[in-house]
Amino acid sequence: MLQAFLQNIINGMAQGSVYALVALGYTMVYGVLQFINFAHSDIFMLGAFGGFFLAKWLSPFISNPLILLMAVVIGSMAFCVAVGLTIERIAYRPLRTAPRLNVLITAIGVSLFLENFGQIIFGADPQVFPSLISTHSLLEGEGLVLNNIQLTVVVVSVLLMLILHWIVRHTKLGIAMRAVSFDIEVANLMGIPTDTIILFTFTIGSSLAGAASILYGLSYPKIEPLLGMMIGLKAFVAAVFGGIGSIMGAAVGGIVLGLAESFTVYYVSSTFRDAIAFGILILILLFRPAGLFGTFRREKV
Amino acid sequence: MTTLSVKTVFRLGLMVGIFITLFNTGCVKKEGATSGASSNIASGNEILVGEYGSMTGSESTFGVSTHKGILMALDEVNKAGGVNGKKLVLKSYDDQGQAAEAVTIITKLISQDKVSLILGEVASSRSIAAGAIAQQYKIPMVSPSSTNPKVTQVGDYIFRVCFIDPFQGSVMARFAINNLKLKRAAVFRDIKADYSVGLANFFVEEYKKMGGEIVADVSYASGDMDFKSQLTSIKGKNPDVLFIPGYYTEVGLVARQARELGLKAVLLGGDGWDSEKLTEIGGDAVVGGYFSNHYSHEDQSPVVQNFVAQFKSRYGEIPSGLAAQGYDAAMVAVGAMKRASELSPKAFREAIAQTKNFQGVTGMITINEERNAVKPAVVLKVVGRQKFSYITTINP
Amino acid sequence: MKLVQWVTIIVSVGILTGINYLLEENINPYVIRVVVNCGIGMILAMSLNLVNGCAGQFSLGHAGFMGVGAYTSAAITTVLALSPFFKTDMGVGCAIVIGGLAAALAGYLVGLPSLRLKGDYLAIVTLGFGEIIRIIFLNIEEVGGARGLPGIPPKANFFWVYLWVVITFVALLRLLRSSYGRAILSVRENEIAAESMGINVARYKVVAFVISSFFAGIAGGLFAHFQSFIDPNSFVFNKSVEAVIMVVIGGMGSLSGAILGGIIVTVLPELLRIFEQYRMVIFPLILIVLMLVRPMGLLGHKEIWELFRKKASS
Repeated sequence: MLQAFLQNIINGMAQGSVYALVALGYTMVYGVLQFINFAHSDIFMLGAFGGFFLAKWLSPFISNPLILLMAVVIGSMAFCVAVGLTIERIAYRPLRTAPRLNVLITAIGVSLFLENFGQIIFGADPQVFPSLISTHSLLEGEGLVLNNIQLTVVVVSVLLMLILHWIVRHTKLGIAMRAVSFDIEVANLMGIPTDTIILFTFTIGSSLAGAASILYGLSYPKIEPLLGMMIGLKAFVAAVFGGIGSIMGAAVGGIVLGLAESFTVYYVSSTFRDAIAFGILILILLFRPAGLFGTFRREKV
Repeated sequence: MTTLSVKTVFRLGLMVGIFITLFNTGCVKKEGATSGASSNIASGNEILVGEYGSMTGSESTFGVSTHKGILMALDEVNKAGGVNGKKLVLKSYDDQGQAAEAVTIITKLISQDKVSLILGEVASSRSIAAGAIAQQYKIPMVSPSSTNPKVTQVGDYIFRVCFIDPFQGSVMARFAINNLKLKRAAVFRDIKADYSVGLANFFVEEYKKMGGEIVADVSYASGDMDFKSQLTSIKGKNPDVLFIPGYYTEVGLVARQARELGLKAVLLGGDGWDSEKLTEIGGDAVVGGYFSNHYSHEDQSPVVQNFVAQFKSRYGEIPSGLAAQGYDAAMVAVGAMKRASELSPKAFREAIAQTKNFQGVTGMITINEERNAVKPAVVLKVVGRQKFSYITTINP
Repeated sequence: MKLVQWVTIIVSVGILTGINYLLEENINPYVIRVVVNCGIGMILAMSLNLVNGCAGQFSLGHAGFMGVGAYTSAAITTVLALSPFFKTDMGVGCAIVIGGLAAALAGYLVGLPSLRLKGDYLAIVTLGFGEIIRIIFLNIEEVGGARGLPGIPPKANFFWVYLWVVITFVALLRLLRSSYGRAILSVRENEIAAESMGINVARYKVVAFVISSFFAGIAGGLFAHFQSFIDPNSFVFNKSVEAVIMVVIGGMGSLSGAILGGIIVTVLPELLRIFEQYRMVIFPLILIVLMLVRPMGLLGHKEIWELFRKKASS
């Protein structure tokens, strides 16, 4: 019994870390611009395909698996950043002063475009992500199963989140980001180059999506143009759960969601797995609308 | 707030009710007035064949595979001179995996394009929805791979060239008990795919009937990528076999994660496994698993070898089971067209119904009273990367 | 009820009967199908418009309410089939209304707690609700699960669908011109100002949401009895997005705009079929370009007749 319990914790943590990394992208854009960047999940998808093609092209030239992995991760992150910035420049920036609803709808449009375009260029059949590092079990014989990839996913996620937390809390750039998030107009008046800060926010969010997509590809080696859809929704739920706009919240939200799914599937029922995620979401919104770590700002005249 | 009082609402409702009864007498629908089929007789030098399938959306893999098979079949027939000197022209539309879209485009195929025969769909839900329209306009429809029994119950113009779930489900149950002698099974079904649910239900029924024990019955949803929680709970029940009647798109990942968790059960599955991608995604984890299928692409018979070779040279890949089914559906239809007394949908229907011992890629096809194909299933074993070896044939 | 409105309804029912008769006699069934789909789209768009356009909230789960209406009414006419009455035109009509009421109830349950929150939270909760509803349908074996529910009596024809289009239009127009409607509009314009004027913001949001869900349920019931087949896949997230696109294209807050949006979103993909798989790329592109070039939608807040009036005066 205890063994199954621990196993579920391991499973949930590994799954939750991927949610958390994607959730960070949602939460950062939301924190600064107050809109749900639906295209984020598709940037994640493009990152996975970017990594897939990079690994394919680079593997004849680089024999050291670790260097290859690093190259693929960095390449995929760079690709995601390029895509993210292009989207921001073309689709979002002209709407900076438009109602939030319009930006949201544009985001949905961009997301649909990337998904459908992805289906045409990558084909309908799923692709197999190359296993850049070989899988081996770390806890043989204990009855528990933990492999090196799961551990890598968790460790890398935590590391990236800590770096991000440091950037936002302790650098000038982070302070500027928080200022823009607090009030974009006032920040502008104070001499903060808001457009640059927003671009930077998209850079960080997209690069995290790139990193997450490689971690995803390593643990679940099947990639397809629509893979962002469900994981995007779940990550988004995680972001709201933890308190959208809060980095800590996204991290905790992702992990909690991963654990919750893992436990409900094991102890309750597997059929309602996806319903559970959204059920939790609705419950938390009812009792703590700002999420676990969010602050609820009451609007005044 | 006077304008929305209860009284107003009541009066509005009353009024609408009166008008409905008044005017409804004026628009009595004439039943059976829809006999558009008469105009769908092939004239000129072409015979129009319609196809609908999921070319985009989350199930596009299946639609595209089937489309490849159908396209190749029709080209082959046209190269050999067509049907009675007439060329076959394929009209193909995408339904995005949506039943409502399927219904719209099958109406378009019939009433606008005037096709005289329709091929499609993979998913039973969409075949049932669109089949009702084909039946209404009396245009024969041949489904390549909808395995739910309800599909052909829609009407006498609906056929299929694949076996049905009750048979396929029982095949693997019998194989597990008679050949493998394993009596503790766990079932892992895809709740989002009607195909998987149907197969799982019939497997469970037959397995219990034969004295086996179902120790776990859990589900996932196609599109999921993490199955470890379900597999952990299955592992706790310690089954001898794990039946995963899903599509290769998920099965590969399921197998991989099952082995990672140390689940030692023998993996079993259905025709949804048949794709070269299965072993690519699943790696060594799927090796040693068994699945039921329509045919073995290593079958040395000339029909199969010819098909596989042609498919490989045309598309650069080994045909999946769905592609073979699409090819056969088209070939059964063409065979019927050649035998038909005239080039009309009605005559095509009669000819398809009389199909007997048709040598298709996926086996001998005979269409029975219920308009289903009666053919044996083969059991294949995954022996290595893209290598499925033939184990046995199980007859209905 | 003014005489004008009585006349409007009598005339439109008469016209509908006439067109229905002509259509079933002469027109290509495919065209009829697209036209009827347009009607269902219009109802969907008009109802969503009340929440997204008029009340200024953002619902992303309209397909969920449509699904509730569709499944409830279809269950009444097929699975339950309490009496042969439910196979007749009138019976199906009743079932569709019951479906609408069920959707309204669902709307109340979802809206009551979540509408007290501001802005995007409603979007998230409705999105979650839409997914949950779909998963529930997927798991109810009685209504077919993933296989879907076939054999629903195909009673919803052109006449019925467009009758409901007229009813929806008249009802929503009257609502918007009532004090209720003014209150709902004031919530969109400035929530805080509305609240300080003594308007119970949360209450009016819930009213708008419930009415909107009711008509979404009606659209679902008509959809079910027109297609004569439904499955959980018919009510996915993309369907909700489609409804949002209808409202946005037509113009937020404009009833006639919603009708226009319903037509465009239904007809455009049909016209784009010649581009095969590329049509699904063209469609979002149009949406993005529209948002960049004309963010208020084709008609903006205005109704179509207001546009002409303005032209005439200038």
